[in-house]
Amino acid sequence: MIYSVPPGMFLILGALLIPFLRGRVRSTALLLLPILSALHLLAFVSVPAVTHYSLHVFGYELTPTHIDGLSLVWGYIFHIAAFVSALYSLHVKDAVQHVSGLIYMGAAIGAVFAGDLITLFVYWELTAVSSVFLIWASRTERSYRAGMRYLLVQVGSGVLLLSGILFHFRDTGSLAFDSAFRELLPTGEGLYVGLNSPGTILIFIAFGIKAAFPLLHNWLSDAYPEATPTGTVVLSAFTTKLAIYALARGFPGTEILIYIGAVMTAFPIFFAVIENDLRRVLAYSLNNQLGFMVVGIGIGTSLSLNGTAAHAFAHILYKALLFMSMGAVLMRTGTIKGSELGGLYKSMPWTAGFCIVGAASISAFPLFSGFVTKSLILTAAAQEHHTVVWLVLLFASAGVFHHSGIKIPYFAFFAHDSGTRVKEAPWNMLVAMGIAATLCILIGIVPGPLYSILPYQNVVVEHVTISILDHHIYTTTHVITQLQLLLFSALAFTVLNRWKVGGAAIYPPELPSVNLDTDWMYRRLFLRAKGQSLSPVERMHALLGRMRAAVDALVASLLSQSQNMVRHFLGPHGMLPRTWSISAKAACAVLLLTGYLVLYYVYL
Amino acid sequence: MKDGTMDSDKKYWLDDPRNVNKIVYTLYAVCALLVLGDLLYHKHVHFEFEYWFGFAGFFGFIACVALVLAARLLRVVLKREEDYYDL
Repeated sequence: MIYSVPPGMFLILGALLIPFLRGRVRSTALLLLPILSALHLLAFVSVPAVTHYSLHVFGYELTPTHIDGLSLVWGYIFHIAAFVSALYSLHVKDAVQHVSGLIYMGAAIGAVFAGDLITLFVYWELTAVSSVFLIWASRTERSYRAGMRYLLVQVGSGVLLLSGILFHFRDTGSLAFDSAFRELLPTGEGLYVGLNSPGTILIFIAFGIKAAFPLLHNWLSDAYPEATPTGTVVLSAFTTKLAIYALARGFPGTEILIYIGAVMTAFPIFFAVIENDLRRVLAYSLNNQLGFMVVGIGIGTSLSLNGTAAHAFAHILYKALLFMSMGAVLMRTGTIKGSELGGLYKSMPWTAGFCIVGAASISAFPLFSGFVTKSLILTAAAQEHHTVVWLVLLFASAGVFHHSGIKIPYFAFFAHDSGTRVKEAPWNMLVAMGIAATLCILIGIVPGPLYSILPYQNVVVEHVTISILDHHIYTTTHVITQLQLLLFSALAFTVLNRWKVGGAAIYPPELPSVNLDTDWMYRRLFLRAKGQSLSPVERMHALLGRMRAAVDALVASLLSQSQNMVRHFLGPHGMLPRTWSISAKAACAVLLLTGYLVLYYVYL
Repeated sequence: MKDGTMDSDKKYWLDDPRNVNKIVYTLYAVCALLVLGDLLYHKHVHFEFEYWFGFAGFFGFIACVALVLAARLLRVVLKREEDYYDL
């Protein structure tokens, strides 16, 4: 009985109870639900025979529960993240945030155990629809608009996914999203046979949008910083890592991912250096960290895929920790702009300390979690002789320390004392940060337990197959070179901050500003043509006016060439009366829907 | 903690610029030691260029300086007023 309930369902159903509970009962329920859900998952793990549950719906076999080594890594860390973020947001009175948060977390957990593409799609959309309320819960005009843009991108990803699934099903007759989706070599090396059909390409793009591929990335840095202080923490853990999981299951060893990932690691850090909103800086560095995972998937060896899984695990913890510390700062001071902060270590020493632990972990300092996970990916890249990619990753590693490891703690807690004196974060936030910080350090010092849950227990290192547990991270060479890389990055930060040219430091100061990103195209380019300040109604009128003008022009030109046109389109051998193939019709429908979506997006 | 004036009167160790300098000089010293450390052990690395003396250190320094200079240039192109999008 318990095995027919898919993992994550406890959170989704439990969320519906929350509005009816008050006070301590509600707090207890919020903390118990992730624990219950985790126990439910462990019940599956304790009975190794029960890893698969299928049912038949309308003659199709659906598999809501499929458990293997890959999905379990995500299952575990999603539950840890669910508990930590529930604790972190315990003081929040707003039931909307709790309900949407729980459904969102449950849907993400359900998605990683989805054994077929339809189940994946349902959860995929549910994460989108539920999570947008965490952004809207800020209840500002800004967050409303950002949430709308976010929702459209996410739902757009879902539309592409569904279209891809339909094509894929037509081509292969299979809806499976387990190991049948790819071929596995006996050694466990992933060998994907796909990205060879319209279906798989559409699925790939759908995953890519949610994983924030370059140029598809912008929803992330646009929307996450507009969510509530607690909401951003929840958001940071699930959506993008779900996409990484989906890529790791569906497209391991797809070479193009190596290059996509490498670009992803490098370009967001330039934006992060000049960004003033510290939560947006973190969003850019989140994007950069996803790049490392994507590279790992692209390389597609057991070592690199382990690296991706391990890095996702560690990343969720330190990224949530960093967002938690910035959320606490935002809640206490009312701002998160670098230009208005500074000197907060005096009044929020614990938060500052936890933030530094998160910063050390994301920077991959020895003894912190990032060090033992990211290096798996770098080692794998070197082994496969991807020299340029390896150098880009090294550049990004230095850069992430520079903008996330130093900039975040420095401008929030140190730098010039802004004179702001506030209370330390509330106890539940501190305990949540404390748990995450402890885990970051524990993973860094004792990587064994994390390595033991990775999907491939045997890896090939320098042509020798060894147990992943025998892969030693703490070698003299590795520690010294990593410390050189990081401390010289710190040196660069120090020198550029202290070295004055014409009275100003070379390091770009934190300034009240926004920086243009690809969202400029739909937020400004199209709008400016119609004048500066139009209300939504006026915009709609302008749009309708232009559309009518376009249709008029089209009709006029059609009429002027009527004879030929009519014959061409409607004659015996014309285009329209012809019998179209199903796939061409489907392609038209997809095109039409996408066009509609883009139009709606642009004129929002 | 609740009394803001009391709190801001308190002198912290980092408030003294001399102590900040101490940290910076310590950083310089540690960096120097780390590079010199390359002479003391045999590296096990993958690429030929990684065997160069102090490779990781110099790479990190140059990468970050380049990053910051590029970002400064980028700011010239991309920076807008804070309310740019709030039509």
